Amino acid sequence: MKITRRGFIQTAGAVTAVGLTGVPLIASAATKKVVVVGGGTGGGTLAKYLRMADPSIEVTLIEAHKTHHTCYMSNEVIGGGRDIKTIEFGYDGLAGHGVKVVHDKVTGIDAAKKSVTTEGGKSFSYDRCVVAPGISIDWEAIEGYDQAAAEKIPHAWKAGPQTALLRSQLEAMKDGGLCVIVAPPNPYRCPPGPYERASQIAMYFKAHKPKSKVLILDPKPNFSKQGLFTSAWRRFYGYESADAMIEWRGSAQGSSDNAVVAVDVASKTVTTDFGDEIKADVLNVIPPHRAGRIAQIAGLTNDAGWCPVDLKTFESTLHKGIHVIGDAAIATTMPKSGYAANSQAKVCAAAIADLLNGREPGVPAYVNTCYSIAAENHAFSVAGIYRLAEDGSSIIGVPGSGGLTPVDASDEQFAREVIYAHSWFENITHDVFG
Amino acid sequence: MVYKKVKAALIVAGLAFCATGAVSASQGMTGASGAMLSHTCAGCHGTDGASVGPASPTIAGLSRDYFIEVMLGFASGDVPSTIMDRIALGYSEEEIEAMADFFVKKPFVPAKQEFDQSLVDLGASLHDRHCERCHADGGTFADDDAGVLAGQWSPYLRWTLADYRAEYREGPARMHREMREMLEREGEKSLEALISYYASQQ
Repeated sequence: MKITRRGFIQTAGAVTAVGLTGVPLIASAATKKVVVVGGGTGGGTLAKYLRMADPSIEVTLIEAHKTHHTCYMSNEVIGGGRDIKTIEFGYDGLAGHGVKVVHDKVTGIDAAKKSVTTEGGKSFSYDRCVVAPGISIDWEAIEGYDQAAAEKIPHAWKAGPQTALLRSQLEAMKDGGLCVIVAPPNPYRCPPGPYERASQIAMYFKAHKPKSKVLILDPKPNFSKQGLFTSAWRRFYGYESADAMIEWRGSAQGSSDNAVVAVDVASKTVTTDFGDEIKADVLNVIPPHRAGRIAQIAGLTNDAGWCPVDLKTFESTLHKGIHVIGDAAIATTMPKSGYAANSQAKVCAAAIADLLNGREPGVPAYVNTCYSIAAENHAFSVAGIYRLAEDGSSIIGVPGSGGLTPVDASDEQFAREVIYAHSWFENITHDVFG
Repeated sequence: MVYKKVKAALIVAGLAFCATGAVSASQGMTGASGAMLSHTCAGCHGTDGASVGPASPTIAGLSRDYFIEVMLGFASGDVPSTIMDRIALGYSEEEIEAMADFFVKKPFVPAKQEFDQSLVDLGASLHDRHCERCHADGGTFADDDAGVLAGQWSPYLRWTLADYRAEYREGPARMHREMREMLEREGEKSLEALISYYASQQ
């Protein structure tokens, strides 16, 4: 309908009249507003599924960057098998679902006033706010490894320029070099990630720099998908042999012998808690993490730096009206993974749509599925199907379901899982950003 | 109604309610809606079950009975898979039915994919001769409870056919007979011809 000048004046007059009678002049009185902070996997999914659940809800997504690089599949970029452009996603798809996308940096969330403020000087009021900030790196945890150090020694645990930096250093490394990966302590984003990364780097070395080696220094006594990784490493990279292209040094239960406590940037040397000094040619330090920056600023984190939430709705237990999803949230016992963030976002979106429409949130359902590509034609997966415990205290795996690819799976299965891993990537990114 | 036969067989075998994760209060809240349950599938099978590929199959627009039969087959081990066996065990029969009711209403979106144009005509004639009786209308018809072949992702079809051929997956006796006969007459390329024909239907 075309708004005529006459029609416009009538409408404006009516609004003014209402204003003069003292009735609160809120054009959006009937509009339900949700502000989403963070446009990664959790935030993107939340925004889209909330619009799908109830198109009358006004959803504003605030994200500092114009594009998002997914962490998942970034190890393939580091290994050289994938172009970094293929893990970069814009926000046109979400805009197409009617999500208002704002590129700005959130500087504060006022739970009492229900308002989000940004660096750009804007403020956004909300009925419900969703915080999906991912992780922040703990720059205090390792001596000598701060934000400036990361410009030279990448963590590459947030994808994008950090991913490209690590890739370029591996390309520049001479054959016979040593790549050291410093693995993080629990809990952290993408539990199998450091070990898939070691596999992808070894795959690159095997093809292009066969005298080179990857060493993982780990503060943990064991790691995700360990049997599947070590089995693949034995088969493809001589693990535990004299010519091993991958070596893993864990720390026995109760010890932190192979935890890295200091980094010397200039010499690319790390010092372990035991006192070993190891000089690398390429050094990848993944420090401990905490919930993303804005979660800390907004007072949504506990002493450990993560966000406690009601697991049925993902509403913060510290601030009403604010929900936290994805890596930042304590979603015991789901892992901090992209699929978990995607799944939690859908539970949260349904709950918010219910709450804003005066309904009791329904029974949730959660899933995690995660693939690791360990060699050419060799990938494996973990799956988890979860329900909310009756008392709401945790998210529990359905007994007898889920779990890992069998270690003795056929070559055909390992090969199919590579293609299914890529299908997983195409579908989840389309589900989030498409 | 293949599903009803499978269900009857499972009941006889005492498996109907433990083929999938048996439901009890200690195993968490149950009663999630079909939409809530089904949205968890999208990460691999696409939003509303329409996969963007390159391999995981589209699960929208299948028949209700076919969906249930295959999910129960994953859980019992009768239908081989890479990951779905582990996933299907996480759901009760009621939950699987709720998901089937959700996806049956969603449109099957034919895959946009490459195929060998030179094999399409051969594939069409092989389909008519060997497959059409159970996979009607060129493999597009869902209500024959035999899956939708036309427009499904080729790697998935290729692997499923390989599993049937190796008798790793058991199909109806007639299907194994038709496949053997086709391979004897037309050789290896017949399978690729069928796949090309199904992929050509976009």
